[in-house]
Order: sequence, then structure tokens, then C-alpha cells
Amino acid sequence: MSFFNKVLFLIAFNLFVQNSHAALTIEISEGVSSALPVAIVPFSSTGAPVNISAVVNADLERSGYFKMMAEQAMPSKPNAASAVNFNEWQAASQNYLVIGQLADAGGGQYNIQFQLFDVYKSGQLLGYRMTSTAADLRKTAHHISDLIFEKLTGKKGVFSGRIAYITTTNPASKQQSHQLQVADADGFNPQTIATSVEPLMSPSWSPDGKKIAYVSFERKTAAIYVQTLASGERARVAEFPGINGAPAWSPDGTRLALTLSKDGSPDIFILNLSTHALTKLTRSFSIDTEPSWSPDGNSIVFTSDRGGKPQIYIVSSQGGEEKRLTFSGSYNARASFSPDGRNLVMVHGNGNDYRIAVMDMSNKSINVLTSGRSDESPSFAPNGSMILYASKKGGTAFLSAVSIDGKIQQRLLFNSGEVREPSWGP
Amino acid sequence: MKLNKTIIALAISALVLSACSDTDEKDTSLLDGNLNANSGINDASTSGLNKGYGMNGSAMSGNGDYASTLGPEFNDPNNPLSKRTIYFMLDSSEVMPDFINVISAHSQYLIANPAQHITLEGNGDERGSREYNIALGEQRAKSVASLMKARGVSESQLNIVSYGEEKPAVLGNNEAAWEKNRRVEVAYQPR
Repeated sequence: MSFFNKVLFLIAFNLFVQNSHAALTIEISEGVSSALPVAIVPFSSTGAPVNISAVVNADLERSGYFKMMAEQAMPSKPNAASAVNFNEWQAASQNYLVIGQLADAGGGQYNIQFQLFDVYKSGQLLGYRMTSTAADLRKTAHHISDLIFEKLTGKKGVFSGRIAYITTTNPASKQQSHQLQVADADGFNPQTIATSVEPLMSPSWSPDGKKIAYVSFERKTAAIYVQTLASGERARVAEFPGINGAPAWSPDGTRLALTLSKDGSPDIFILNLSTHALTKLTRSFSIDTEPSWSPDGNSIVFTSDRGGKPQIYIVSSQGGEEKRLTFSGSYNARASFSPDGRNLVMVHGNGNDYRIAVMDMSNKSINVLTSGRSDESPSFAPNGSMILYASKKGGTAFLSAVSIDGKIQQRLLFNSGEVREPSWGP
Repeated sequence: MKLNKTIIALAISALVLSACSDTDEKDTSLLDGNLNANSGINDASTSGLNKGYGMNGSAMSGNGDYASTLGPEFNDPNNPLSKRTIYFMLDSSEVMPDFINVISAHSQYLIANPAQHITLEGNGDERGSREYNIALGEQRAKSVASLMKARGVSESQLNIVSYGEEKPAVLGNNEAAWEKNRRVEVAYQPR
């Protein structure tokens, strides 16, 4: 399957998904060489507003783990298990087969049923029947993708997740406007949760996915806000003189680590969100910023230029000795832990190029995953398999994703405006 | 392999039957538990959006070119007061000698006009991480502020904000753009 490498698969969702509101398209620029052949037969449906099987097909293709069979190449299009002839799917070199049905149950409800088969073993691996409102059909499709992905790879799927990011419209004019948006992991259903003519920065998801902390300059000074997604309600939690930046939620959701320069140089502080108590964690005379918690909440990594150049340091979240972690590369910044705590992802610079790199915490070796000139803001998917980041090429800013081993590369293309600072939600 | 354990090697017709019963078993638990629990999110965010945190009205920058209204010296290209941007080298917050006379001229004006306030807006180029660039932009603004204070400007006349790489003067991914973006802007505040 080596031909799968380096082949561009352009998935233009809006071409084959009806009634959708695509904010972006996703290119898989590189996939795993062992991509599994999967055929998803278009589900039978009666006038449903979402083509569920097309959404599932796109999700699985985008993951880079699968080589999806084109509809035209299918030997037949069964919608019921009784109509499946495994021999013809074996002859078509497909390892797995998905069939399904979608039926209007009345009252705005749909019944969805799907089955996943192992073609060579002629047996069912998964079978589910579910109901969904019309509005939730895409969500249901992503859920089906998660179920299939986990069954076939043993890893949790992330298709049901959401991403937050910042966009700028009219970036070249004085009329520019910045938006904090939240969208499904495939870029659909983008919703603007905050808008400002002054910059918005550094969105950070609460661990329960219900809130986002971010930096806003709307009052012509930096301030940190915490906004509840469901109600739109928000609170200004930090507006000290100087920098109020880089908010990062503690894994238990009770505290924010952040950067304040109210005492002089930027230092890392911890803000207790219920008591509003502020604890100073670092006290160097240099730049200390970009805190991020370890998954167990015991440690915080941060960027500091105390050694002359920005490098990654680690300190107990209770305070104490600060130890340098990175020694390779002249620029290492904005580190964050993988969900299992075994790796750190960071921006790794050599003086000219800024790329996304992963450091193995056990032996401190650094593996550079990307090849851009200005890659930044890496964010792990909740299952730790992919890293979302921002990139620039030819004056265009876009989002990309790379697998933790660097083998799968995706590019997310937005229809308009600049897009940056992606953050993968829980 | 784990898959083997879940697969019962039977004739296809038998499998289909077992498939259907499998389907039925998992039915409701999946649905009502997961999907419906999530379903509030979209609507809710939308209502959050409609309640609105559009800051368009209040945040409009009103002092863009206020300095040019202060007097002819601010518009005379031969007067250092007409220069209100101080540029910096890569990853540096050290003021270059070329800009000392600009800082001195603004300092003298501020000393002579103690009611006048300025904001020193620190900025950086797009390379590297954004929050680190915020810190770097603040260092640049503080470098300018300390030179002004050394010349006798009152601290109360000086306000500092860093926009990092968030407000580029010039768009572009090359050195020509970057060098124009590593800067401190001297923004005179309306009195």
C-alpha cells in the first residue's frame, strides 16, 4: 500500500454532503502505509438531511488509517446483512465492510442501524441501532466513526470531538475582526463564541469541555476570560497590569495556570477559580510563560528564556525546584503533555524554521514531526494519536494535524480568513 | 488477536441472525446515554453566541493618528517626533542607537506636556510561539519606557501593552515583513 504515501486525497465535504455548512476542507497529505481497505456502502435513507455514510467515510479517510473504497468500485450495495456476499468483497480486496440504513421515524427522529463486518472472516464485528434527531445526525455519524475506528484500531476515536480556534477576517485592513470559534472535529458547525476588533488569543478548554478560557484585548489591555459554552456567560478572571496570558486548566478543572507580569518580568501563577486565590509559582527575572499541566496535575511545564534562549522547564505545581527539560535546538516553546503524560509536544526552532516536535519524557529525545517554516500552537487530540497545529505557507494561515509518529499528515483548509491557535477539546 | 474472540465462525445466514440480536442488545444504552447527552451543546453554544460577546462597538481604536493632531512637529518628516515606531532586531528587546533620538524627542515632549499620556505598544514578528512573543513585545515596550524614564518622563505618563505578533504592521512571511513588525509603537492618548 505504499502508493498511499504522498498521495493527496482531497476531501471536499461540501461536494458530497448535502445541506452542510463546511468551514473547511481537509487534505490528507500522507497516510500510514498499512492503511486498511474499508468499504462503506452508502446507507439506504429516505430524504435524511445528512448523508451519514458519507460523513463516516470522510471521517475514516481523514484519519489516515484507512483506504476507503470508492462507491463506483463497489461490487454491490447491500443495506441488509442478508444481502451481503462476502466473496465479492474479498475479490475486491476489502478487509472490512460497513452497511447501514437510515429511516425517518417521524416527529423529527431518525432510526439508524449499521453493521461492521470482517470480510475475510465473514463475520460481524459491530452492530448498532440508534435514534437521532435531524439536528444531531452529523453527531451521530461521528459517533459511528468513533465506534468503527476503535473496533478496528484499538484506539479511541476523536471524530465526535470539537476544536476551538481563532480566525481573523480582513487581516490586511484596519477593519479586521477576530473571532473565537468552536467547530466539530471535521470543521463543520463552526460557531463564533466571541468577537473583537482587538486580538483574541490562547483558547484553552476546561477538562469537562464546558468552558473555554482565553485572552482578549477588547479593553485595549490583556485580560483572561472564562466563558461557558452552553450559556455564553463569561467571567473576567484576570486583568492585572501588564501581561495576562497563556491560561491553562488544571486537570481537575479547579485552577488556571497563567502568565502575569504584574510584578515585573512574566511569571507563572496559579489562580484558584473558586477562591480567586493567586499563587506565584516561578520567580525568575526572565520570561516565564506558556504553562501546561501534567495529566496527573503534579507538574507544570513552561517556557523560559532564563538560559538566554527560550527552553522548556518543569516545576512541581506546588512550587519548588525548576528543572530544564530541553537541551536540543535553540528555541523550544509552548510545550504540553500528551494525554498519557509520556510525551511533550512543543514548538522547536533552529533559528530559521519553527516546527512541531515531540519529546519522549523517558529519554528526553526530540522527534521533529513537521516541515513547515512557521508551525506553532500544537494541541494533542484527546486520544493522543494526533496533534493539531497552526501553519503558514505563501501568506496563508491554516490548521494542520500530524500523527504522533509523524506518519499521518492532514491539512485543514478554511474557506476564508486567517485561522490559528487550534485547541482540541475533550 | 482480540477480534477472533468476538467472531463466531458460522454460516452467513446464522451470522446475520446473531448480528441482529447483537444490534438490539446495544440499542438504547448507546443512544440515550451518549448522543442525547451531547445534543444540547450545539444549541447552547448558538444561544451563547446570540447573547453576544461582540466587542465591536466598545473596542474600536480611537487614537490611531491622534499624535498627528498635536502639532506640525508631529508631521514634519525632519522632526523625530514624526517617527513613532521603534524597530528591533530578531529576538531582541535592546533599543538600537538609531532610535535614541526618537525616544529623546518624545521624552522631551512628554516632560514639557505632563498631562500627555502615551501607550507603548510592543510587537513582534510572527515567528515562534504567540505567548512568548507577547512577553518579548512587553520587554521591548519596557526597554523604551525605561529610556524615557531615564530622561525624566514620569512613569504615570507611560502605559504599556504588548500585542506580540497579534497586530502585525505588515502581512507577509519574509524578513522584509518581519523587520517591520518587530517594533514598539508610541501611541499618544487623547487628552
